[in-house]
Amino acid sequence: MTELSRRHLMAGAAGLGLASQLASPAIAQTFPVRPITLVVPWGAGGGTDATARIVGSIMEREFGQPVNVVNRTGGSGVVGHSAIATGAADGYTIGMITVEITMMHWQGLTQLKHDSYTPLALMNEDPPGVQVSASSPYTDLKSLADAIRANPGRLKASGTGQGGIWHLALVGWLGAMGLPPSAVPWVPSNGAAPAMQDLAAGGIDIVTCSVPEAKAMLDAGRARSLAIMASARNPQFPNVPTLKEAIGVDYSVGAWRGIAAPKNLPAPIAERFTTVLKKINESKEFTDFMAARGFGVKWADGAGFAKFMAEGDAAMGVAMKAAGLARQA
Amino acid sequence: MSTFIEAWQMVLAPDVLIAILLSAIYGLVVGSLPGLSATMATALLVPVTFYLSPIAAIATIITASAMAIFSGDIPGCLLRIPGTPASAAYTDEAYAMTRKGQPELALGICLWFSALGGVFGTLSLIIMAPLLAEFALSFSTFEYFWLAFLGLMCATVVARSSPVKAIAAMLLGLLIACVGIENPAGTPRFTFGSTDLLGGIEVIPALVGCFAVAEVMRAMSVPEPPQLERRKFGSILAGQWKLTKEYPKQQARGNIVGIIIGVLPGAGADMAAWVSYAMAKRFSKTPEKFGTGHPEGLIEAGASNNASLASGWVPSLLFGIPGDTITAIAIGVLYMKGLNPGPTLFTEKASSMYALYIIFMLGNIIMIPLGIIMIRLATFILRAKRYMIMPVIVLLCAVGSFATGNNLFLVITVAAFGVVGYLMEKNGFPVAALVLGIVMGSMVEQHFITSLIKSDGSLLPFFARPVSAVLAAITIGLMVWPLAVWLYKKRPQGRAAAI
Repeated sequence: MTELSRRHLMAGAAGLGLASQLASPAIAQTFPVRPITLVVPWGAGGGTDATARIVGSIMEREFGQPVNVVNRTGGSGVVGHSAIATGAADGYTIGMITVEITMMHWQGLTQLKHDSYTPLALMNEDPPGVQVSASSPYTDLKSLADAIRANPGRLKASGTGQGGIWHLALVGWLGAMGLPPSAVPWVPSNGAAPAMQDLAAGGIDIVTCSVPEAKAMLDAGRARSLAIMASARNPQFPNVPTLKEAIGVDYSVGAWRGIAAPKNLPAPIAERFTTVLKKINESKEFTDFMAARGFGVKWADGAGFAKFMAEGDAAMGVAMKAAGLARQA
Repeated sequence: MSTFIEAWQMVLAPDVLIAILLSAIYGLVVGSLPGLSATMATALLVPVTFYLSPIAAIATIITASAMAIFSGDIPGCLLRIPGTPASAAYTDEAYAMTRKGQPELALGICLWFSALGGVFGTLSLIIMAPLLAEFALSFSTFEYFWLAFLGLMCATVVARSSPVKAIAAMLLGLLIACVGIENPAGTPRFTFGSTDLLGGIEVIPALVGCFAVAEVMRAMSVPEPPQLERRKFGSILAGQWKLTKEYPKQQARGNIVGIIIGVLPGAGADMAAWVSYAMAKRFSKTPEKFGTGHPEGLIEAGASNNASLASGWVPSLLFGIPGDTITAIAIGVLYMKGLNPGPTLFTEKASSMYALYIIFMLGNIIMIPLGIIMIRLATFILRAKRYMIMPVIVLLCAVGSFATGNNLFLVITVAAFGVVGYLMEKNGFPVAALVLGIVMGSMVEQHFITSLIKSDGSLLPFFARPVSAVLAAITIGLMVWPLAVWLYKKRPQGRAAAI
């Protein structure tokens, strides 16, 4: 879409927002009167897709209108995220945005940022763990941290592609310990599963993916989880300590997913969505589903989600600059 | 034994049986449409599985993916347009058989040996699962690099044209694989500031363009070939038993290669078909017949891709590591349904595991009757006039590629590759080698770069690790072999001249 037409669209959307604000109570009561499109920036079959589909199917019942989940893939998530941001701000186009929105603009991949949206609700967050192979000599995080300090650059870590969320988690953790990113070089991989396999094959030493992603290998006795980078333990893995408990470093990060609408969504409609999404977030169907997939349920309303993203965005900026991944302005 | 009976009871539940039947039909239809791959068929099933019981959910995925891999052969055979990437390796061969007036034999081979391959793959899953998984787990990026490199070398073997043109086409494929940000450095390459190019060129639209659209363009530019003799199709399975006895070695090799490639994480049915077809040609007594409608390669590759499908489940079920893109999606469904992958699945949920095995067997057996019906229906295509079929194919290509990501850019990709494919074909460059380059390019690069990062830039581990050393020896041996043969042939002549 060209700059000109996008501006027209924005102006139109803003005008529409103004008009609907004048007649807001009526609109909010009757909303929605036609099907809603829920855009997913990632492919069918993945974790974000599954989460969006379960949210969509419960939302459909709550609203009494069909909710169509549409996968808009391509451009490493940029295409789908911009489809959500540039949609009409009438409540009929919403989408599931993911942690990448706080990362991509630092790399100069897009102009889109967390404030390009009307945040509606945060639905999920998964903190990364620190996993080592079962045959590794490190049985707790302290001995691993000491080994990193003693021999910077010797141990290698993986878990996702270069500049992915788990890479930045590692950089952030090293930074919190006062170490440069080069203390543990990053080996890019096509996701957490191949990285865990390479961990078992002895190709790498550390994998910083989420603990549920490592669960199968942990259960098979091939890997050990030494700590999670969160402020509290995961109830499903009560034996895995937090970073603070293990080595006294206070650092937490996570991959998250939330629902957002194009910017300038009329407040009454946003409130209506947030009410329904809160109900979904607390429903047994949703929590059961997330528990079955090993995903963490998290809640924040529109304002809370905006604050959460702003904080995350700033932290990502620091980590990405440290790792040399941010585009020099 | 009681768990075994329990497993049968689980499978014979009405909802499971209905799920198997419906997903079989669904898989056959989706697989036969160009551009809609077996992976796509599986991905589209996921929302449906939300509403099914755990066994029924897994049954739909197993059955639909097996059917789709087979039925991808049908349009390849009748129209020279592979339905799924796994059929691309032997499309030319199957189409040549159709032009020779043996479409029922070609389709029969695809069906019969697909089903047999599936059954053998399942047996390997049952008998050797823990052993195979152990083997696959010892593979690190060093080994995968050699494996992907071997895959690339298939380009010169499978192509009928000159090896130089095949290598040129493959290198073009490698260049296309460079586009986008999905590379080890995470740096955008050749994107020209376009958001759409950031994600790179996807294999499916490129494949559809190269084969389907290029074929339509070719059909428009040449006079209509003489209509194939108007006759009713003979028996589809006739002669298959004879072929089974005539080519036992090819079939066994196809199954074994398929099983091994399937077990390795990340290498799926496409790679199995390529490697098997190349092997069949390499070891054949009559390699010159390849590409002219010869059943040998078809048997080996057709068996191989279905065998890999079943064995791809081994690492998925034991370690939660996907063997290919289909099982990557299936793992999500397994988690959702409480059948969490891991060794405990084999001990605590043994009856569910047996049920899975039974579904695999059932799926491959009902493939034969349902496949025959599908082939009979599909043969109407042969009788239709070309001006009726071609527009429908273009439409299907556009819709199919759009459906994979709801992105118009994919449709443009299809069109662009249609032109590229047409020009290449017209000048004797094999498009199959181009597709191979696109498929394998990112794998080769990824594994090479990550290996170097791990070894701090040293090339030594590529040869020092035991499995890696064996693979390296095979790869380099295959590369040097033609040169050695050439030198050997040259030597006596030189001596004769000296005397």
